[in-house]
Amino acid sequence: MSDLMKVSSNPHIRSRVTTSNIMLAVVIALLPAAGFGIYNFGLDALILILITVATTVLTEYLYELAMHKKVTVGDFSAVVTGLLLALNLPSSAPWWIGVIGGVFAILVVKMLFGGLGQNFMNPALGARCFLLISYTSIMCNFDCDAYTGATPLASLKAGESVNLLNMVIGKTGGTIGETSMIAIVIGACFLILLGIIDLKISGSYLVAFAVFLILFGGHGFDPVFLSAHLAGGGLMLGAFFMATDYVTRPVTKKGQYVYGVILGILTGIFRLFGPSAEGVSYAIILGNLLVPLIEKATMPRPFGKGGEKA
Amino acid sequence: MKQNSPAERLVNGLVKENPTFVLMLGMCPTLAVTTSAINGLGMGLTTMVVLALSNMFISLLRKIIPDKVRIPAFIVIIASFVTVVELLLKAFIPFLYGALGLYIPLIVVNCIILGRAEAYASKNGVISSLFDGIGMGLGFTLALTVIGAVRELFGAGEVFGFRVMPQSYVPCSIFILAPGAFFVLAALTAIQNKVKLAGERRGKDMSKIQSGCNMDCAGCGESGCSRRLVPESVSEKEARNG
Repeated sequence: MSDLMKVSSNPHIRSRVTTSNIMLAVVIALLPAAGFGIYNFGLDALILILITVATTVLTEYLYELAMHKKVTVGDFSAVVTGLLLALNLPSSAPWWIGVIGGVFAILVVKMLFGGLGQNFMNPALGARCFLLISYTSIMCNFDCDAYTGATPLASLKAGESVNLLNMVIGKTGGTIGETSMIAIVIGACFLILLGIIDLKISGSYLVAFAVFLILFGGHGFDPVFLSAHLAGGGLMLGAFFMATDYVTRPVTKKGQYVYGVILGILTGIFRLFGPSAEGVSYAIILGNLLVPLIEKATMPRPFGKGGEKA
Repeated sequence: MKQNSPAERLVNGLVKENPTFVLMLGMCPTLAVTTSAINGLGMGLTTMVVLALSNMFISLLRKIIPDKVRIPAFIVIIASFVTVVELLLKAFIPFLYGALGLYIPLIVVNCIILGRAEAYASKNGVISSLFDGIGMGLGFTLALTVIGAVRELFGAGEVFGFRVMPQSYVPCSIFILAPGAFFVLAALTAIQNKVKLAGERRGKDMSKIQSGCNMDCAGCGESGCSRRLVPESVSEKEARNG
């Protein structure tokens, strides 16, 4: 009898999806890009990735210990942040860049605002922009043993031609994880198949960016120019892994489309008219700041509310 | 300490109602000019001179200035002193004038000065108003110098132009750019709130250092507080003055 009388409040059916599951899936999805980065840039890249991830995890652990909070390192979110940040660093960066970036990402952007779920800005991108402003010369130094010279986007900006095939495969200069479009798309497909991300944000982002380029790029509908811009820089990494961050994207369906379009337009503006060749990270953190407004404007109305007044 | 005595006013401005860390007034110069310790010090001292002199004169004229046009009258007095100080700086300390630039004329609209004129000098005697201005100015100077020093330390590896960090230190230039001002101000405010809370927990009477305003203006014993949420209406003022 007592077996039947187990009374509990809803929910009664629980999904097996947990934060740590999702975060682990994102880590796995990032592995192709990270692996290619290590293959491409060598041991330096591996060391930088390890240092950055270790810093983010350790920072979160120590902060929670010092503040007598529940230790949430087990949910892998700090690993994701560290990995994303490392993939956004050039392999030539010294080790302390990873440490400073990792501490800033976790301590300032994430924990000071209340930890996972409370941060208003993607921690990895916040830290990247912090480093980009602080140490511009280090962060833009893409020279390594394999490649020297300008990144494809910088060449594009200067009006030079680029090798499109190498850009798609990833055999170009750039940050550790952004170069290979194929590796990123493989990871993104994995996440889409698992249902962790969908194409609402990423799709509208890429489409809006492409339309903006056709309208204002000065090349009209030029497939080579267009695909070079889509494959170049951090656009793919940003569109699939940063813009879709659960915490900093809008929760409403309509809002996600609006968010994607805003990101696409901002990226286009920064890339075409801005002083630097790349603008994905600034576009996404600016988009993050607009999320509360987007959500407010696109909040669905409960059935029966509003409408005609009697 | 006796209320409104010179010493009490100085402590009030420096600690209890520090214009930057407690009242959060005058944020524009605080964030804009504190790229180095010397700039912060210069801005703070310039503001202090204007603040003390305008407080004194407004207090002197407080019975002559009609209530309805008091704000324009205050602005005229403040602007006169700012012009005097600006010309003096231009003539005698040109490097500081060059560094502070536009922010010197903008002292006219610094809300600390108008705030103290409105909240304190227009209601109190000349001597205490003068010391209120000096105290507030010192508090402002202290805050700006500290913010400037921290920003200079991280952003350039120097303090007051002297190398402090080892030669291998790579300056983190965000600290001397605009975002750095927000980081440093927020961190310093957090630290002083933390010190205050720790003191409260130990049972020390921290009521004299009301940094964390509890927004309960009705139950607050502060006099001359420029944080009042609800501005006193004319009828209330008349009722209070009998």
